[in-house]
Amino acid sequence: MAESITLEVFRYSPERDADPSFQRYEVPLRKDWVVLDALNYIKDNLDGSLTFRWSCRMGVCGSCGMLVNGEPKLTCATFLSTYARETRPVRVQPLRYFPVIRDLVVEITDFMIKLKSVRPWLIRETEKPTSEGEYLQTPEQLDRYKQFSMCINCMLCYAACPVYGLDPVFIGPAAIALAQRYNIDSRDEGAHERMDVLAQHEGMWACTFVGECTKVCPKHVDPAGAIQQYKLTAAIERFKSFLMPWALK
Amino acid sequence: MAKQSNEAFLWVLFSAGGVVAAFVIPVQLFLVGLAFPLGWIPAPRYEYLLALVRLPLTRLYLFVLCFLALFHWAHRFRYTLYDGLQIKHLNELIFVCCYGGAVFGTVLAGNLLWNFR
Amino acid sequence: MREARRTVRYTEYHPRWYRPQVSTWWWVTRWPYLKFILREISSVFVAWFVVVLLLQIRALSRGPEAYAAFELWLQNPLIVLLNLIALFFVVFHAITWFNLAPRAMAIRLRGRRVPDLWIVGTNYVSWAAISLVVVWLLVRS
Repeated sequence: MAESITLEVFRYSPERDADPSFQRYEVPLRKDWVVLDALNYIKDNLDGSLTFRWSCRMGVCGSCGMLVNGEPKLTCATFLSTYARETRPVRVQPLRYFPVIRDLVVEITDFMIKLKSVRPWLIRETEKPTSEGEYLQTPEQLDRYKQFSMCINCMLCYAACPVYGLDPVFIGPAAIALAQRYNIDSRDEGAHERMDVLAQHEGMWACTFVGECTKVCPKHVDPAGAIQQYKLTAAIERFKSFLMPWALK
Repeated sequence: MAKQSNEAFLWVLFSAGGVVAAFVIPVQLFLVGLAFPLGWIPAPRYEYLLALVRLPLTRLYLFVLCFLALFHWAHRFRYTLYDGLQIKHLNELIFVCCYGGAVFGTVLAGNLLWNFR
Repeated sequence: MREARRTVRYTEYHPRWYRPQVSTWWWVTRWPYLKFILREISSVFVAWFVVVLLLQIRALSRGPEAYAAFELWLQNPLIVLLNLIALFFVVFHAITWFNLAPRAMAIRLRGRRVPDLWIVGTNYVSWAAISLVVVWLLVRS
């Protein structure tokens, strides 16, 4: 293996630059290093002004999402050795389709607002008092939504979704998948509330099943599948309300 | 409750159209568009086809096929124009042209098949 | 790269964000995006098939000479080429549709999710069966 590898990193400093640029750094190529290690090496030894987000460095916090050679990836889970044989430097850029605040840091408030709008928590019509014990759930009931609960809010799916890029009001893959996660949770009774938000045009209907979100998801949540299932549910609900309006509460 | 969107209906039509198109169109297009004109397979005779299309079941099948396939196209093409060409400001125009075209084609098909002798 | 136009007030504590505009050619930048657009374009050829079908029905209803003229039109090399391209796109539609269909339906049998491959396999088998029926209906005299 070669001794070192070159990274080409997106730099943007709003105070200094009118336009972004790329800067190259040569970083030791260690067998077990990931791109995040390389970025930390740069910050510690080469250029302390490099700004980026990271936290757990083990793929559960969702902070370190960036584009590596154009692909949305968790930099803590992307090994440098994967790129060792290439002649071009490894290109590191901030997530696509989000405004860039500085260097590799993007503005994620839009996602936060959308996530909250789908009410990703258990909604109950009547809460059971604690004295009556927990809400019970069989393993089979858990299995129904477990895959969608694995989301770590890393927003790689938003960086891969062209619909989100073209139509920023689109609520987006992760938010819809999380809404579906709660809809099919047996303890939840809030499907109607979420449907109001998600049956609008900027909700699930804007999705055209490109499928890239599922491809890039590091936790195999399959947001595209969640959205299509949600569309089916919504269609059934819509037909019911159309054909039998008296059946609605 | 917020205003109910009608997108759900259009999506169901799109899906049904996609299913029908996927199952039936490849083989039919292959035969009618390539195999028969190019002589790979002997084409059916005029009298046979006439008798076949005269059957109410055939005409119903053809009508449903045209109707669903056209609405499948309308829905998918509408979103392609939204996203692919980013001409969202022409929203209403795209909507009318796509679904209007599908309605027009469906009416044509219905007319042709209803009056088929 | 064009900057997205947005009315955001930039202040000392809210510096200028970098907001590239998504290019109209976003779909050629990555192969999966291009495949997606091709898949969507296949719908145009589905509509083209309906046009051919309606022309065929109209020709049938107008008598044997009209139908013979229609068959002649189908033999025009340009039309043959168009139909060849259309066939490619329609088959592409069918394959992508069958492969993606199971994701929209989380079918559960006896408490466990039916594997996607079963549904995909069922789709292809049905496709073959239906195609055979159509062939049997049309390839006779």
